[in-house]
Amino acid sequence: MSAIVTTLEQRIGRGATTQEFFVNMGPQHPSTHGVLRLVLKLEGETVKDVIPVLGYVHRGVEKMGEHLSYRQFVHLTDRLDYLSALANNWAVAKAVEKAAGIETNERIETIRTLVAELQRIASHQLWWGVFGMDLGAFTPFLYGFRDRERITDILEETIGARLTMNYIQPGGVMFDLHPDFQRKVKEFIAYFRPKLEEYETLLSRNIIAQERMRGVGVLEAAQAVALGATGPVLRASGVAHDLRKSEPYGVYGKVEFDVPVGARGDCWDRYWVRIEEIRQSLRIIEQLIENIPEGKHLLVKPAVRTKVPEGITYSQVETARGVFGVLLVSDGKDVPYRIHVRTPNFNNLWAITRIAPGWRVADLVTMISSLDIVVPDIDR
Amino acid sequence: MGSGWETTTLAERAAEAMPGSLLAGAGYVLLAVVGASLFVAVLGMALIYAERKVAAHFQCRLGPMRVGPHGIFQTVADTIKLLFKEDIVPAQSDRVLHLAAPFFSMMATLLALVALPMSPIVQVADMNIGVLYITAVTGFGVLGVLLAGWSSNNKWSLLGAMRAGAQIISYEVSATMSLLVVVLFSGSMQLSRIVESQADGWWIWRAPVVGVVAFVIFLIASLAEISRTPFDLPEGESELTAGFHTEYSGLRFAMFFLAEFVNMFVVSAMATTLFLGGWMPFHIGGVESFNAVMDLLPPGAWFALKSAAVVFLIMWFRWTFPRLRVDQLMKLEWKVLLPIGFVNLFAAATAVVFGWYFFPF
Repeated sequence: MSAIVTTLEQRIGRGATTQEFFVNMGPQHPSTHGVLRLVLKLEGETVKDVIPVLGYVHRGVEKMGEHLSYRQFVHLTDRLDYLSALANNWAVAKAVEKAAGIETNERIETIRTLVAELQRIASHQLWWGVFGMDLGAFTPFLYGFRDRERITDILEETIGARLTMNYIQPGGVMFDLHPDFQRKVKEFIAYFRPKLEEYETLLSRNIIAQERMRGVGVLEAAQAVALGATGPVLRASGVAHDLRKSEPYGVYGKVEFDVPVGARGDCWDRYWVRIEEIRQSLRIIEQLIENIPEGKHLLVKPAVRTKVPEGITYSQVETARGVFGVLLVSDGKDVPYRIHVRTPNFNNLWAITRIAPGWRVADLVTMISSLDIVVPDIDR
Repeated sequence: MGSGWETTTLAERAAEAMPGSLLAGAGYVLLAVVGASLFVAVLGMALIYAERKVAAHFQCRLGPMRVGPHGIFQTVADTIKLLFKEDIVPAQSDRVLHLAAPFFSMMATLLALVALPMSPIVQVADMNIGVLYITAVTGFGVLGVLLAGWSSNNKWSLLGAMRAGAQIISYEVSATMSLLVVVLFSGSMQLSRIVESQADGWWIWRAPVVGVVAFVIFLIASLAEISRTPFDLPEGESELTAGFHTEYSGLRFAMFFLAEFVNMFVVSAMATTLFLGGWMPFHIGGVESFNAVMDLLPPGAWFALKSAAVVFLIMWFRWTFPRLRVDQLMKLEWKVLLPIGFVNLFAAATAVVFGWYFFPF
């Protein structure tokens, strides 16, 4: 490993030397959230450069997709960004429906929107807990998980799985909603609104937390766009881009919600945007939960091998972390010729190379956490 | 004054027994050694258990529940596990220093325990420079941390050790500055006399305002000195994996761990002794009937309760606050705490000279 030795003699006139050194942060490190490896160039505590090294959980999802039917490919997307499995499923379903011309009904779209928003909240809850832990406060982690558990329970009743849902499929959703779904979701909203205030008291209004976040790791809007960052990372930099608003899918076009936008693009803005998104998601759920339209939950036969006409289709959804896109290239068979997924974390990660230099190691941890990275989504 | 408390220390008893019979003198020394080790071990386990339970209940869970009723033997089980674990020394480490480092940390803690007056009759040695002594030996602990970080030959450990060095040395200044406030008021550096000087009231309220300010500064600075949250940068789990003790395992890791927890007790005991009246019951000068009720609880219990309260406060901080950053830590000390400490000390000196405090002698 080469190191750059600079002599301090010119500067302070003594025989002392200082050395920049390289340090491996990860693939096993508590704050890299999985198996991400960052090679850091440090001068003391100051980060000079960050080089992300990827591929530790590369599974060849796209190549596998060329041998699986469209319905089967859905389950692989659970394993990309495992915190927004439902939104990922939805992206595939949307692409196939668009390409094969499958119609859905109002009930299906409402169910999809509801469960996706519930999972967005769950994802942000987990992020909030982990973010607290990365700042050195352990308690938020358990608070976040405690409340996420409620959502997971609700989804488990309907879907039967807690993490890898495999629920939304081309032409509908796998199962109809559980009879208790509406009641439990309403209970959850009543329970969670005060808890969200507790989150704010515990972490947001803590002076140490604010000092650690404000002004740290500013990502300019132009930089964010150039990197292809999406989701809360992009919105925190001041770009109001949210697919739920700009190209509404599901029933997003029929509900009222705001898109929170940051002012400076620092860690605090990214934090605030996500906390505010939880509120907006609660609003969306509140509007939809009262009257879910009647109808069938699945409009194609469960075991059908959908044939997609020749052509190229692209469809994208807004997950908790940004734009998740699916590109289908079909040659008319029931398996895709080529399938490509555009994952939000891959682009968001590279922001770290722009914002980290000049800050301390502790800030690097804050920044990684504020980008909310899920590593299997990056490596695919 | 005229408190009427008669204090005897273990050292005094040993010295009295020594001329009579060498055996009795040696007996006292043995008693002191065994007593100290037992005390540290039991105290450490109790504190670790308390920390786990406090943390658990702050976080809406139960904590250890399986080993013994309410998991009270969990720390015993963990200690046994640590005792039997392999003691790994990295191949490229500085072997001698690596092996020695935990003892430095432990020694600092043990030496500090010597001077603490836990009740009129439970104190090992009552030095006339008690405050100075404690300040000196607790500063010794940083040596262990620095050696551990350096000798491990691990970059993360080194970062942790460098943080610890800067942090502990800086915050010692503020801690000492606030200790001096009490020394000014009580007119003594001897810990037993400082306790006795609080017979009419604890310095935290008897010295108006300056007492509280000094207490808060002492608490903050001491937290930094023993690297507890929000100043746990040397370990900084989410940043440095485990900081200076990344490369330690088994018994040697246990010693760092134990030292950390007993240090917490030392800090609480010092805060108790200096600001909260030590083992002295809660007295208000001149209100005899009230004081008589307060005397019902023995001094040892008062000391234990007050220390436990401060320990709880420290644990509360840990499970609530995030961690500061290196530069923010330094800024807090040199730009905030130290100036306040200086002004406070000056105010205290003025108050002492003019007798502006409750129940002057």
